[in-house]
Amino acid sequence: MKPFLIFLMLFACLLPGHAQDVKTLLNKVRARIDRVNDYVAEGQMKTDVVFIKAPLGKVKVYFKKPNRFKLKKDGGISVLPKGGVSVNMSTIVNTTDVTAISAGETTISGSKLKVIKLLPLIDDSDIVLSTLYIDADKHLVRKAVTTTKENGTYEVELTYGQYAEYGLPDKVVFSFNTKEYKIPKGITLEFEDGDNPTDREKLKNKKGRVELTYSRYSINQGLSDTFFK
Amino acid sequence: MLTLIQVELYKIFRRPHTYIAFAAITALIVVIQTGLKLDGEAYADFIMQTIKQSFEFEGQLLNGYLVCYVLLQLLLVHVPLLISLIAADMISGEANLGTIRFLLTKPVSRPGFTLAKFIAASVYTIMLLLWIAFLALVVSVWIFGTDDLFIVKSNYAVQLSENDVLWRYAGAFCFAMLSMLTVTALGFFLSHFASNTIGPIVATMSVIVFFTILSTMSIPIFQKIQPYLFTIHMVNWKEFFDQQVDADNVAIAGSLQNPKKIIKSALVLIFHIAGFVGASVWVFRKKDILS
Repeated sequence: MKPFLIFLMLFACLLPGHAQDVKTLLNKVRARIDRVNDYVAEGQMKTDVVFIKAPLGKVKVYFKKPNRFKLKKDGGISVLPKGGVSVNMSTIVNTTDVTAISAGETTISGSKLKVIKLLPLIDDSDIVLSTLYIDADKHLVRKAVTTTKENGTYEVELTYGQYAEYGLPDKVVFSFNTKEYKIPKGITLEFEDGDNPTDREKLKNKKGRVELTYSRYSINQGLSDTFFK
Repeated sequence: MLTLIQVELYKIFRRPHTYIAFAAITALIVVIQTGLKLDGEAYADFIMQTIKQSFEFEGQLLNGYLVCYVLLQLLLVHVPLLISLIAADMISGEANLGTIRFLLTKPVSRPGFTLAKFIAASVYTIMLLLWIAFLALVVSVWIFGTDDLFIVKSNYAVQLSENDVLWRYAGAFCFAMLSMLTVTALGFFLSHFASNTIGPIVATMSVIVFFTILSTMSIPIFQKIQPYLFTIHMVNWKEFFDQQVDADNVAIAGSLQNPKKIIKSALVLIFHIAGFVGASVWVFRKKDILS
């Protein structure tokens, strides 16, 4: 019984320190992101959803503190997964109203990353749980997995390049689950087309991806509110 | 020959019932455009309801190109009935009036006479189609503007870039022209077998309706005969609005998902047109003119 009590006391002493490390790391990541008051990013969007045949599109992304975000396709219609793409770095690394818990370390693509789970303290938050995979040396979020009440779970993978000092990624890949797609022929007015069971199977429960590859950022140039209307 | 065609066109466009089709199509398109202009967003939400459960859209979904596509889907099924009003009246109308014998007293060959009548009926069909193209595409673009064309099919959705749409409409209208000329040829062929106008018109409509119903039913025994029905090929103008994707599932601009299907259907329709017109010439050459 005595050794167990000693272990428990040691664990209790170490726990606040561990939580402090997590908070410090998150604050460092957040500090990097907070250097950005606003930005306009130009890039290319690729939608990879099994039941949507969409072309590549040029996009412009607008961001303004604290969390105003708008993605506009440069001509044309943009199709975005609900809740997913509009998530920006500022909302991913939310250090207020959350409890951060360390979940160890992992290695992704040869990089050793800290795993931190964020639990929201607000009851009506749409986010149930966020898991961040952080490069502790560079203070950059490499991956985030977010589970929401309304829009399921989505993953965000981030690749950094020349804008890493601001915590802004060169490439963002959103992965999300898609629901089964089927529209009655009475609505689509396709009375003549036959239904292929093989094709139907292909469309079930597949993961969708949206890739945003940014070519240029204009950071802290001052951005009007009109872009977000 | 040219004089014969001019005479036949003069006769067609002098008759008041020629303009019934133009008036009906104008009224229908204007009513649909007005409805979509007033409450189009609700309609777009309705057809997009499944996809909007998972996705958000940014842009003008309800634009002139989509309105034109919706109009063509609705109209190209029913326009054959309007075409048959004229095409099925070409010979039987003359027989009804008792003017065929008089016409054939002129130094004109019977094949020449038949072909001139068919060409005149075809000109009417093409003018009707051009009128649809003007109202459905040009006027819709003027009213609703342009953007990407996002088409929701029963199994998947297709997004066509704004600058990749017009050539598809050109192709679709050319294909629709073949479809409608097939109906013209059928009506024209049937008009040789009656001396009243109602019979061939009703017969043409009946064939179209009967074949269309057989084309739409997913009963295995019907599915075996469906490839041989020309009505199933008539709707393949829609193939112009589907595109291929590459290995990364990115749509390839300017591509067609199934060009062979378009070519095959076009050839089937051309074969039907040639068959009906050839049969018409043969029947009229052998016909004993009694009226």
